[in-house]
Amino acid sequence: MQLVLENVVQRVGGQTWLYPLNLALQSHAVTVLLGVTQAGKTSLMRIMAGLDAPTSGRVLVDGQDVTGMPVRQRNVAMVYQQFINYPSMTVADNIASPLKLRGDKDIDSKVRALAKRLHIDMFLDRLPAELSGGQQQRVALARALAKDAPLMLLDEPLVNLDYKLREGLREELSQLFDAGRSTVVYATTEPGEALLLGGYTAVLDAGELLQYGPTAQVFHAPQSLRVARAFSDPPMNLVAVQVDEGGHQITLPDGTQLALHQPLPQGPAMLGLRANALALRARPGDVALRGVVHLAEISGSDTFVHVELPWGDWVAQLTGVHKMAINQPISVYMAPTDCYLFESELPDGKGGALLQLPATEAGG
Amino acid sequence: MARITLDLAHAYRPHPQQDSDYALLPLQMEFADGGAYALLGPSGCGKTTLLNIMSGLLMPSQGQVLFDGHDVTHDSPQQRNIAQVFQFPVIYDTMTVAENLAFPLRNRKVPEAEIRQRVGVIAEMLEMSGQLNQRAAGLAADAKQKISLGRGLVRPDVAAVLFDEPLTVIDPHLKWQLRRKLKQIHQELKLTLIYVTHDQVEALTFAEQVVVMSRGRVMQVGAPDELFEHPRHAFVGHFIGSPGMNFLPAESREGALWVGARRMPVAPHLQALVNEGAAVQLGVRPEYLRLALPDAAGAVPATVQRVQDVGTHLMLTASVDGQALKARFANGTPLPAVGQTVWLQLVGPHTCYYRNEELLA
Repeated sequence: MQLVLENVVQRVGGQTWLYPLNLALQSHAVTVLLGVTQAGKTSLMRIMAGLDAPTSGRVLVDGQDVTGMPVRQRNVAMVYQQFINYPSMTVADNIASPLKLRGDKDIDSKVRALAKRLHIDMFLDRLPAELSGGQQQRVALARALAKDAPLMLLDEPLVNLDYKLREGLREELSQLFDAGRSTVVYATTEPGEALLLGGYTAVLDAGELLQYGPTAQVFHAPQSLRVARAFSDPPMNLVAVQVDEGGHQITLPDGTQLALHQPLPQGPAMLGLRANALALRARPGDVALRGVVHLAEISGSDTFVHVELPWGDWVAQLTGVHKMAINQPISVYMAPTDCYLFESELPDGKGGALLQLPATEAGG
Repeated sequence: MARITLDLAHAYRPHPQQDSDYALLPLQMEFADGGAYALLGPSGCGKTTLLNIMSGLLMPSQGQVLFDGHDVTHDSPQQRNIAQVFQFPVIYDTMTVAENLAFPLRNRKVPEAEIRQRVGVIAEMLEMSGQLNQRAAGLAADAKQKISLGRGLVRPDVAAVLFDEPLTVIDPHLKWQLRRKLKQIHQELKLTLIYVTHDQVEALTFAEQVVVMSRGRVMQVGAPDELFEHPRHAFVGHFIGSPGMNFLPAESREGALWVGARRMPVAPHLQALVNEGAAVQLGVRPEYLRLALPDAAGAVPATVQRVQDVGTHLMLTASVDGQALKARFANGTPLPAVGQTVWLQLVGPHTCYYRNEELLA
């Protein structure tokens, strides 16, 4: 199905929750709504589902205006943060409920197949309360999948699970989405989750849709500082720089100079560098940044080193486990070709547009 | 300050018969004086039970708890001289920040001059010096939790400070700053700190030694790099890292390890450990699973199932005899398309070998 939002605005009690927003969702793929709490993800989903009508604007399904049509008359499946199941029904009956409602045949084998796909086939005769949180959320997901609705909305479905459970379930979900039966919308606050889900991403911030496109493309080519900030974890490293006369070189606050691969207008700008672009060993053409270790955070697969530099703290993401003492001196290296350049942001919130992508991204 | 020695078990019922009757299976452990430890594992693994036994909130059904060699098994938390910090702030709203921090010291009748000095030191470390005379009631949740941390750390004479998921209420963007604070404070005060969490970042960042637990069992006690490089149990390999370690079954015969029809070279030190016909598991982390040339020694052919651009790197999923393996590559690495064959180097310096889930070498 094709879902289109046209100039959708949501105002509640004098406050604007969604600013005029236009979005044509990619059909038969997953669209991730990425943004912090209060960015407008849930407001937008409720409008997509038909739970709320927008203050103004239109919602179109396959070209037909469905604005204001209640959720009961639409064919939508939803999964929430909280695990919502029928407590007095067995797992099998929970999954079967949308099939029974529709008068499907062969319900038993369909339930069994879905349960197997979500690894809950051994619990079919149990009640939801007898299952762990992760298993209960699998039941809710299986029920949503059983509905086989053309539109499936998931509002941070994994947020209340242990991280290892999330890892497994996210992998399974992204494979199900890849199969492309439904148009899926998936809200999350975590940039890493958006990247693992793939598909398409809509970046939301303070009620505004900032950018929409294939997930990896939005990540690699953020069109503004706001998108770069919203779609990075750890945060993109930033520093205010000066583009020198002639526009071929920039100067960092400590006097370090970097060559630009494309000329830019002279004046102030903001340089951005992803945490994984900083290295411990110099590569040809690299520039050294000297600082001290503020903290080495270890995630298991990566070490995030917070380095105090002359202009503030930057984070370097290194693969594997690295031990570093607090306050030990460190040199990290950056390649001029890995740098993003943005307009400076103005006090009124304007500015911040992308000026230049890293040479490595622009080429690919 | 104390060295804590545990030799105990805790059963749900009298006369335990099987493993599932235990909240904590029999264990022997020692926590060094002044060390920073984390108890890490999924919910239900027994980490909080273990913490409560150390603090004296819970008496083990068998065995004993020693502080510096003295049996304290029957002592209360007060008698053991333990400070505790919980998930949610435990402070007095009507008191000022300074009064809250001073409370554990006043309770112990510490002289006022010493209290002032100690409260000053702790407030400075937590960057709360400017708020000392403010009432706690008006503070944000994370500031309140900082006071809780301060109250836990304020007494210099405690045997140990125990933390139960203390950063739960802290905003994700502030977490790293508090982790840094805790680490610095540990370096400066040299208190014995024991920290319970299900979050591996928290555990690996904070602790010198991490106790990884699962289903009432201590699976491994080790430094973060040991847990990454040499997980002693397959569970640890799986649990630490995201995604965790890859495992592939192999069989030992004719003096070699066989993965399907491929013969893997075996290092001499392993030869003695592996019996003819034994089932072995090869463990390789996604960070160490590299591309290999076709038919290279120690490599296997795999079918590409997925290539994901996850922003900071590429994630390859490929299957060997139906078993999915994950491998992580730098952005821009040329990788074969879905459905094609890719050769992956299984045997290498970082490969671990397991039998019945236990590390061989």
